[in-house]
Amino acid sequence: MEKMKVLAEWTYTPAPIDKGYTRKTLYVHVGEPRMEIKDVSQDMIDTFTGGRGFDLKLLWAAVKDTTKWNDPENEIVLSGGPLCGITQYPGAGKCYAAFISPLSGQTYDSNSGGYWGPLSKFSGFDAVEIQGKAEKDIILFINGDEGKIQILESNLQDLNAYAVTEALHEYFAVDEADKRNISVVSAGKAAETSYYGCMNMSFYDPRRKVARLKQAGRGGGGSIMRDKKIAALVVKFSKMGGNLNNVVDLDTLQKVGVKLHKEIHDLDDVQCKMRKVGTAHLNEIMDEYHLLPTHNYKFGQNPAEISKIHSAVYERLFTQGMPDGCWYGCSMSCAKAVDGFTVQTGPCKGEKVTVDGPEYETVASLGSNIGVYDPLWTIEANFYADHYGLDTISLGTSLAFVCECYELGLINKEQTNGLDLKFGNKDDIMELIHRMAAGTDEFASIVAKGIRYMKKAFAEKYTADAKTMEAIGMEGQGVETSEYVPKESIAQWGGYYLTLKGPQHDEAWLIFMDMVNKQLPTFEDKAEALHYFPNFRTWFSLVGLCKLPWNDVEPANNRIVNEPKEAAKVPEHVQNYVDIFNAVTGKNIRKEDIITMSEKVYNFQRVFQVRMKQGDASHNIPLRALGPVFPDEWDARKDYYDGKLKEIGIDPAALSTEEKIKKLQEYRLGMWEGLKMAVYKRRGWNKKGIPTVETLKRLGIDYPEVVAVVEKYSKPEDMFE
Amino acid sequence: MITVNGEPLDWKPGMTVQDVLDAKRYTFRMIGVWINDKPVPKNEFRTTTVPDGAVVQAIHMVSGG
Repeated sequence: MEKMKVLAEWTYTPAPIDKGYTRKTLYVHVGEPRMEIKDVSQDMIDTFTGGRGFDLKLLWAAVKDTTKWNDPENEIVLSGGPLCGITQYPGAGKCYAAFISPLSGQTYDSNSGGYWGPLSKFSGFDAVEIQGKAEKDIILFINGDEGKIQILESNLQDLNAYAVTEALHEYFAVDEADKRNISVVSAGKAAETSYYGCMNMSFYDPRRKVARLKQAGRGGGGSIMRDKKIAALVVKFSKMGGNLNNVVDLDTLQKVGVKLHKEIHDLDDVQCKMRKVGTAHLNEIMDEYHLLPTHNYKFGQNPAEISKIHSAVYERLFTQGMPDGCWYGCSMSCAKAVDGFTVQTGPCKGEKVTVDGPEYETVASLGSNIGVYDPLWTIEANFYADHYGLDTISLGTSLAFVCECYELGLINKEQTNGLDLKFGNKDDIMELIHRMAAGTDEFASIVAKGIRYMKKAFAEKYTADAKTMEAIGMEGQGVETSEYVPKESIAQWGGYYLTLKGPQHDEAWLIFMDMVNKQLPTFEDKAEALHYFPNFRTWFSLVGLCKLPWNDVEPANNRIVNEPKEAAKVPEHVQNYVDIFNAVTGKNIRKEDIITMSEKVYNFQRVFQVRMKQGDASHNIPLRALGPVFPDEWDARKDYYDGKLKEIGIDPAALSTEEKIKKLQEYRLGMWEGLKMAVYKRRGWNKKGIPTVETLKRLGIDYPEVVAVVEKYSKPEDMFE
Repeated sequence: MITVNGEPLDWKPGMTVQDVLDAKRYTFRMIGVWINDKPVPKNEFRTTTVPDGAVVQAIHMVSGG
């Protein structure tokens, strides 16, 4: 590769890390271009902790109330957090990105493994903030070894992720061993037309000798990258060590880490099998419990086909016996990959590649949800989604919506430009993905913008029935639903659709607790869970940790020493988090403080959403998420749904299936409203979902500009009694 | 009759914890079982019998995410 032209260059002295923080953030305006290094105040640490908290704090100051996703002032902010980069405890390499999303018009936070988070911190920055738009494709390079930041004019011929990543690991490394000291963030060609472009974050796998990709997939961060004409972000740091965070109590950190490593070693094979199949261990489990999205969430299982996508099939396809951690020291090792995969279609046809994944979500989104039960096809679709820079979840859920619209006759073959988009018609579905990357096909470009956009475009351009699309389009707040059927868990309606950013499973996954365990019988119980778990989960995003080691492995005696409800929280692991946080930072938090730390950021982000939506940050839920929409859905579980009507005092015998569906929908819409009010109240919000001034004061986030937003949009009649 | 997660289930003499899980089609690997609030170790699911009238909690351990 030819030497790239330097468009701008600055030098800096990397700040030393103390107790997990550099206390510096990097700001780069890629358009002007301009660079600034900002100080991190003690108040910023105390209130926002780090990671997503820092992202949102910086983003708030950068944007206006009216900023749209493709305005120059929108930013991509990336931060790990104080625990990010430790190597003693599994899952400590996470990086969190925040931005104003093209899908929702409000903030989105998305996280990824890979080395970007740790290496950018070791290069001197608690967060990296990127604003502006470049005139031509550029690469932002942070050289932590030399204290140098460069904006380079890209001369990359192929802007798709695997090509960009491989080229830049090669370009910036002095030799093969040096490739591991580099991380690349890239998107792909489809992200240029899509609203759900993903950010691929790399790490170099020295055994396979390939650059691997993890994704901050959701929300459209990759679309913003390409809108800013950023071909890639690159960081390089070579002086890797075991205590670069300069922690306070290395001994405790090591002891707690060793304990969890032993647990994973001893128990993973009989628990979740993360080391062998990653999250794909869930495939048949979700099917068994009617939770595996099938044909656009119409159904929750497909007994005739599930054996084809069983986790045992993927276990054979994934290369076994490789250390698949996406950061040093992660013995959970769940970043599974398919090696030597021969691509069958598209621009890479005939090439042998390593494909990262698929994880469970992709098995469902680019599999059962679109009626495809062919793992090799799903692996190829996974490869191209990453390569082209598309979020596999939004892509799959969007495709599922398209297939159902097509089968319902809402759109036709002429409008799809010749594609026969029935469920399971994998050749034409793959062709549609390729057309998204090509960017020249109008229909493909519409699909690439997500369900909310499609609903409007299909109605306006193709006169498709808006009411039907409203019922079956599985989006909330403009973001596509991730891959669990939520119909039969009232708590999960909230876990998906009463979230900060839309239906993504990283806030609360309450289906088993609610639907199967029956541990949340009342609205108040559900609201309490929808307070605790989203805040508990938020904490990972503040400190730089992966969620998986929390409850995808549990101590052998967890279910013996704890009563059922407590056991579900895995108390020993919660204590681990308290211990390692204190060991790194020197603070002295208790487990209760985890929730309070998160609440500050959670409520700040909620006010941020209210600000960006000019007061109307409302929560919507599609009818399909609440229950059956069409008779064939009802009939697939007729006894079950008839029973549900009997439970609420309605005799199904005298009703047609259409009438039964209507009755259940009416009832469940009432339940949704009841749940929403209970949750808003528990979270300290008003009836419109706006945090009250009292809540802001309790959490110490009553900054004048935050209070001003709340006061501007709150009305006295919206307050709870 | 026993209850499992609050729902009635026909009881049979000699019924084990594993029989209960099979009857409910609870195939998830991370299940904790309590009989009348007393935990049952996983390696005893096939040998522990459930008494008539028991209150069984079969708790699927993935909670919250």
